Amino acid sequence: MKQLLVFIRKEFYHVFRDRRTLLIMFGIPVAQILLFGFALTSEVKNAKIIISDNAKDANAQQIIHKIKASSYFLAEEATVNYTDIEKVFRKGELKCAVIFPPHFGNDLLRSGKAQIQIIADGSDPNTAKTLINYLTAIIADYQHQISPAAALPYSIVPETRLLYNENANGSLNFVPGVLALVLMIVCTALTSVAVVREKELGTMEILLVSPFKPVMVLIAKAIPFLALSIANFTLILLLSVYVLDVPVKGSLSLLYIESILFIITCLSFGLLISNTTNSQQTALLLSMMGLMMPTLIFTGFMFPLENMPWIFQAISNIIPSRWYFLIVKAVMLKGLGFEYVWKETLVLVAMTVLLLIIALKNFKKRLA
Amino acid sequence: MEEKVIICKELTKKFGDFIAVDKISFEVNKGEIFGFLGANGAGKTTAMRMLCGLSFPSSGEASVAGFNVYRQQQYIKRNIGYMSQKFSLYEDLTILENIRFFGGVYGVPAKEIKRRSNSLVEKLGLQSEAKKKVGDLPLGWKQKLAFSVAIFHQPKIVFLDEPTGGVDPVTRRQFWDMIYEAAASGITIFVTTHYMDEAEYCNRITVMVDGKIEALDTPQNLKKQFAVKSIDDVFYQLARGAKRSAD
Repeated sequence: MKQLLVFIRKEFYHVFRDRRTLLIMFGIPVAQILLFGFALTSEVKNAKIIISDNAKDANAQQIIHKIKASSYFLAEEATVNYTDIEKVFRKGELKCAVIFPPHFGNDLLRSGKAQIQIIADGSDPNTAKTLINYLTAIIADYQHQISPAAALPYSIVPETRLLYNENANGSLNFVPGVLALVLMIVCTALTSVAVVREKELGTMEILLVSPFKPVMVLIAKAIPFLALSIANFTLILLLSVYVLDVPVKGSLSLLYIESILFIITCLSFGLLISNTTNSQQTALLLSMMGLMMPTLIFTGFMFPLENMPWIFQAISNIIPSRWYFLIVKAVMLKGLGFEYVWKETLVLVAMTVLLLIIALKNFKKRLA
Repeated sequence: MEEKVIICKELTKKFGDFIAVDKISFEVNKGEIFGFLGANGAGKTTAMRMLCGLSFPSSGEASVAGFNVYRQQQYIKRNIGYMSQKFSLYEDLTILENIRFFGGVYGVPAKEIKRRSNSLVEKLGLQSEAKKKVGDLPLGWKQKLAFSVAIFHQPKIVFLDEPTGGVDPVTRRQFWDMIYEAAASGITIFVTTHYMDEAEYCNRITVMVDGKIEALDTPQNLKKQFAVKSIDDVFYQLARGAKRSAD
């Protein structure tokens, strides 16, 4: 036991003296949280649009006021005819154009039917769709205003709610995703590199000749990274609560327990990688490249898993971060208890046990 | 009768069809400097790994420090020290941290570690460097330090696998002075080497060729037996007949 403590202290020396490791460990999560939280927002704000009012009547003006009042748009009024519109779009900065035909108000009041043309830059389909949705909503709202509900025999008003995220905070989905991604990559990569480094330096041999049990070498290697990963997890959690306004709705202790479980899964995976390679570069490459892409794609926080072909959905089942992502979403965002995540937890436990058994078996085989 | 600390009887290691070590038998006395010579691929390292408890023999018997290599590897490990050709201290740890770590792993009590490391640093004249990282020391110093760490827990036997590779002649000489000193204090030295002049420093040497021991005696007797002037010539005569190419 005392030997283990001596060993763990040594591991901490290694970690704290290696600036590169520390930077990876704590730099990546901070950068990712800030990037995902602020840069990768799918909301559209202050989009440049142009409004061409060829009607110049009261109705058109009222709609234009409404559009201008919205924070989604930076609206500019200009008279553009149909042929020139493409030229304006080609310059690039314009996202959308709203064109009122002549006699807009007349048509509306006389025939009860008027048209507005909305042209959006389809080369960016997501933004285009969002803008069109906003504009349609504004127009529908206006329509409702000028023909009071009483005039219509029936009226259906959809009441929409974004459950668990009433303010439509875009960071919400990213936090569990970043947690899964960062822990997966940091734990796995750093652990595998730490073990392989001993092999590369020749110190592993010295350790194996010592009375220190080989399996204890692995444990001693893993414990500092377990501690650092928990610190890392806390850091991400603090950032998300205080910087991104994503609160922890469920039980904090449950979240910690599940995260520690996931960290152990990742550590086991790192140990397994370290057994199969002898150079730090290979280990880093394997864990970074081999994990980064699958984790990004198959965790489900960037691309919805439900839309993937069944084969990819099947593959996603073997990615540990996928299950952790579900757990964090349930506990952190929805505030659900253990009774809702026990299945996912069980999957993670099974994965951990399997990985650990393979890693330890491999490690022993190499010694014989 | 002298105390035997290593006893090997027909020790063999096979990897599939390949016989890396072929029925070697020898005994090493307490406090002896025992040289283990052989070309690359002759089976030195494999033999040494079996004796250190790093791998199991395929057949034959061996005991190290009185413990069986099949069943008592854990006890063997407690009683030996090991230093390999690759420099094997932690470069990002200071001298004292390295000593404390390896002392701790071998179960030396903390008080004892403190006392011994102070006297060791003093003996090596490294007082001003004690808190510097090992990576900043010249290679010769590193090797001397690595040897000191290998015998820090006062093992019965220390295995040295080509310990002086890449070290300048002056430092090699100093290194051998340390080996003599350790041997005088009762530690048995088991050393493999490529340098034939170093072989002359050993009490007894064996020459391994193709997994077998082809010669085992004092350097003087071997030179007499082969009627040559140096161990270099003895080695050349024996190794010439090797069928295995160096790996």
